[in-house]
Amino acid sequence: MSFQESFARAQSSLQAQPWRLYASQVSVLVRNEVRRNLFTRRRIWVYLLALIPVIFISIHYILDKSRGGDQIETDTLVLAGIVQLYYFRLGIFFACMGIFTWLFRGEMVERTLHYQFLVPVRKEVLVLGKFLAGAIISIALFESAVFACFCLTYSRLGSAGRSYVFDGPGLAQLGSYLLATALACLGYGAVFLALSLLFRNPIIPGVMLMGWEAIAPIFPSWAQRLSVIFYLKHLCPVSLPVDGPLAIFTIVAEPVSPFLAVFGLLCLTVAILLLSCFLIHRLEITYTAE
Amino acid sequence: MTPDARQIVFDNVSKFYGEVLGVNKVSFSLEPGITSLVGPNGSGKTTLMNLLTGLIKPSQGAIYVLGLTTRQPVEFFRQVGYCTQFDSFPPGTNGYDFIYWPLRLHGFGHDQAAKLSNEAFERAGMAQVAQRKVAGYSKGMRQRIRLAQAIAHHPSVLVLDEPLNGLDPMARSESIALFQAIAKQGMHVIISSHILEEVDRISDRVVLMSSGYVVAEGQIREVRREVRDHPMQILVRCSNAAKLASAAFELDHVVEAKILSDGQSVLVRTRDAEQFYLLLNQVVSGGLVEVDAVAPADDDVNSIYQYLIGSDGGPA
Repeated sequence: MSFQESFARAQSSLQAQPWRLYASQVSVLVRNEVRRNLFTRRRIWVYLLALIPVIFISIHYILDKSRGGDQIETDTLVLAGIVQLYYFRLGIFFACMGIFTWLFRGEMVERTLHYQFLVPVRKEVLVLGKFLAGAIISIALFESAVFACFCLTYSRLGSAGRSYVFDGPGLAQLGSYLLATALACLGYGAVFLALSLLFRNPIIPGVMLMGWEAIAPIFPSWAQRLSVIFYLKHLCPVSLPVDGPLAIFTIVAEPVSPFLAVFGLLCLTVAILLLSCFLIHRLEITYTAE
Repeated sequence: MTPDARQIVFDNVSKFYGEVLGVNKVSFSLEPGITSLVGPNGSGKTTLMNLLTGLIKPSQGAIYVLGLTTRQPVEFFRQVGYCTQFDSFPPGTNGYDFIYWPLRLHGFGHDQAAKLSNEAFERAGMAQVAQRKVAGYSKGMRQRIRLAQAIAHHPSVLVLDEPLNGLDPMARSESIALFQAIAKQGMHVIISSHILEEVDRISDRVVLMSSGYVVAEGQIREVRREVRDHPMQILVRCSNAAKLASAAFELDHVVEAKILSDGQSVLVRTRDAEQFYLLLNQVVSGGLVEVDAVAPADDDVNSIYQYLIGSDGGPA
């Protein structure tokens, strides 16, 4: 079969797909998953992961009375540290592990996944719907948390803070943090979704992934591109002055433009989602093995 | 085997869980009507149903349902409804949502999905409890709501794994009437059940399974005829049991002719039922005896089960 024939066949196959049905199914799946997973006691620890820095900054807001303009530089670095070292490497990482691995593996544990497999929904649509639901939950939670951290950090500095935000680089930094936070949720989410389809217990591979994300900077640049944090670092507006061994968490070995960083992370996310679409076809309902 | 648009076809299907056998080299095809899967625990009934609906994949072989496979899920699951044995539900769900949301995934709009949901609740006799949390349902209600979900989209193939478990006699009778009504519409109803009397009463055909193998399949009487190791038992009520017994004894294929305690009945065990019925015709037409009733005594699922599988494993 020639390339043209293959192309024409693929094109007609794509045109024959019921895309409107798929779209409505994704919408139903997202609504159901968000309803079931966002406001639930099972997710309290995820809320805590998101809110811990907000709580600390709030306490700092109340107790620390030094609110001069010279505080801006220090607080900006503290905020950068919170976002880059806590949220990107711990908070979002573990929250995504909890949220995204539960999407399929949790339903296996609860013995309810068969209901999703017995409806006229393509497995790829199921993966996409669940991934989007997980993304909405994690992004809503962590964007809110980062936004709250930002507001608390600069609002306590009074007019100097307002001036930094509205007349200085503040708003651009906020935009970068929110963008990077959303991308972190997408990237880690896709990885953990795939891990949950690959492994019965994704905790150990998750810990290994955490190690990989930490040591990736010492590897060649092509290998670094296989880590989520590689792209996030390039979107962070403030560099952290960290010396010694801990510099491995902040150093940017090979600068990449923000556009390429966003594009690269989205490509990585799509590639991992495609892998998940392949993996879900191997998944069988054998609850006794769980 | 080639897929037929009316049949369910298992073509040399095997399933292994590692080194453990699920089912082995299963080949048969089913016409519309009620088919019962019968066999002891671990014989492979649920495995066969899970294979049929794509919850697990065959290690070898192929399965076609009305010419479709689970690789075409949109078309396939519009035709198939499966009421599993898993007694678990999404946490916090209420009865109505449990039926309504899967219907939305079928592509039905809100109004149509709501109408079908209400209809399914009515058919399952659960309209009063639709808005209650499933966690508060009794075992029988949970069984019925799973059944309601399986039939809500009007499938052409209904697969039911132990659907009568946990039901009270009234609900059991209503469910059986529902299965029979569905089968009468030319649809497939595949049931696994350990209640052999009910299987016998409602089934058009049976598939007997043991240790992962299909031991026999077909219409109950055909299967019984194939079991040649056990002579068929025929009960005859007549005016002169002794005469009939002595006439029967003259036939080579008659193994035993026992006059029962009422003195008017003979239980005949024969290796050739057709020949015995011919004899009976001759005896009646010759005026030797008057026959009140003739009935096969062991062409039911229970007897076939005993003969082919025995009672070692106990019924599933």
